[in-house]
Amino acid sequence: MRIRTSERGRAGHLYDAFVAERITREDVAHVADLARLSLSEEELDLFTVQLAAVLDHAEDVESLDTEGVPPTAHPLPLVNVLREDVVRPSLDRAEVLAAAPAVEDDRFRVPPALGEEQ
Amino acid sequence: MTFLTTDAGVGTIVEPFTVTDPSGQAWELVVGLEVHCELATATKIFCGCANEFGSEPNTNVCPVCLGLPGSLPVLNRQVVELAMRLGRALRCRVEPSVFHRKNYFYPDMPKDYQVSQYDRPINVDGELELPDGSVVGIERAHLEEDTGKSTHVGGGGRIHDALHSLVDYNRAGVPLVEIVGRPHIRTPEQARAYVQELRAVLLATGASDAKMEEGSMRVDANVSMRRAGTDELGTRCEIKNLNSTRSLVRAIEYEARRQVDLLSAGERIVQQTRHWDEAEGRTHTLRSKEEADDYRYFPEPDLVPLEPAAEWVAAVDAALPPLPAARRRALSDRTGAEQATAALVVERDLDALVLTAVDAGGDPDRLLTRAANDLAAADVGALTAPAFAAVSRMEADGALTATQAKVVLAELVAGGGDPQAIAAARGFEAMGEDELAAAVDAAVASDPAAWQRFVDGDPKVAGLFVGKVMKATSGKADGKAVNALLRQRAAG
Repeated sequence: MRIRTSERGRAGHLYDAFVAERITREDVAHVADLARLSLSEEELDLFTVQLAAVLDHAEDVESLDTEGVPPTAHPLPLVNVLREDVVRPSLDRAEVLAAAPAVEDDRFRVPPALGEEQ
Repeated sequence: MTFLTTDAGVGTIVEPFTVTDPSGQAWELVVGLEVHCELATATKIFCGCANEFGSEPNTNVCPVCLGLPGSLPVLNRQVVELAMRLGRALRCRVEPSVFHRKNYFYPDMPKDYQVSQYDRPINVDGELELPDGSVVGIERAHLEEDTGKSTHVGGGGRIHDALHSLVDYNRAGVPLVEIVGRPHIRTPEQARAYVQELRAVLLATGASDAKMEEGSMRVDANVSMRRAGTDELGTRCEIKNLNSTRSLVRAIEYEARRQVDLLSAGERIVQQTRHWDEAEGRTHTLRSKEEADDYRYFPEPDLVPLEPAAEWVAAVDAALPPLPAARRRALSDRTGAEQATAALVVERDLDALVLTAVDAGGDPDRLLTRAANDLAAADVGALTAPAFAAVSRMEADGALTATQAKVVLAELVAGGGDPQAIAAARGFEAMGEDELAAAVDAAVASDPAAWQRFVDGDPKVAGLFVGKVMKATSGKADGKAVNALLRQRAAG
């Protein structure tokens, strides 16, 4: 089914199906949660529709025949940009810590974080 | 010993560790290890800050490793060199690779992502051969950057109860290789052997100083159980916070039993990360395992692909030192050493000394025994291979007893010299049979009551008589020969 976003007014139910095939409101809520974004109900609706349009575009691109085209890892035609293993001066600690919101014991003081202990 | 061809190659089969549940069903262990190693470079992976353990907090930091806007990472050549050395030593293929961003929000990375290799790692498809002859497959050994170090304040230092955390970014951006082993490990002991062997390879190649206690080598264990004799993999749990090989062994045994308790009660294992508590001797749940999708990996736009030239890989191969597995084999081939002895001598880094001493005419069996039991690892002081060879010959020819040989060796280690002269100075000329027999008879006659107890079958009294003979002969007597004579006298 190929329906352009501009056709929504004329075929609302078809448009809803077009969105639902590509992304759900729950998907958007999950991605927002991963990015630590807090979205209102209206924003969730809005971004679900917009992201469906983005995915639709990706489908257009995906439909191209890329047989024999190597995947692009980087837009620049460059590999192996390397530097020698030579120590260079680091920043002054007082200057670094002056930029931190909070400091204790010469360390960055941060709120408690639940999650993986590294 | 059975040999078979597995997907890891040819190796000895290890009898799996099993736990039998109350119904009599046996469950067997499957373990795969993920090992993170800090590479022994002078600087970090993407910037010129020093890669140094134990510096004052936040002194080895710059705009790149602090993730300040506008800074750009550049890959360290030596990181690539060391990663390839390790990869080739693990019999991996070196492939063109790409860096990705692994996105997560945690204050140990100021950028809110960690640069890592995802679907195109530098080293793929290797294997590690252990001293017992078993072979463990290596899926990949990829590059990534280490994270900063968090200290949790309040709540007894436990992350879940902490009031706040303090972060030191000296470690952020230190180069890491993550070695992902295949689930080919069958016992807790094999897991320990794998970590020790990997450590030996890291040290031999100079890739890392591999200190578990300083965190430059960190081991996570994926543990699952399955019905004994089946091939399917069960749901696994990942165990973190393993700070020693002892913790590793204990944690795997604990986790195996925990999972069997659940499985035998008809429950399902939930895939999750668990934290080993060494003091309590148990694992705690830390979190449900994220899906890889949740990290929203995408190619790092600030770094270009890495494609080491074939010439570079060939140069790495040519410069690889002899690796532990090859050294064990060479030692066994030349001396007939048993697997365990060869492993011990190579682990002590004494195989080269033994082989040179064999070339100098030494007795292989005596050399191996002394190297495995009586010489300190790696440091043999002033002992030379020819002197070591001479002592082994004297021992093999009966000119020195085992006890005397150890004394002469200790003196050679301490100050060098001529083994013959040292033996002569100590009065270590071999005792004649008659002289020894006379000394034994005199000892027996000196304590008839004790002798009667020995004759009546109390073996503990033997030590008393051996001691008397040693004293009378100034330690020249061979303890084994004295014991044999005592038994002979008692029987006759």
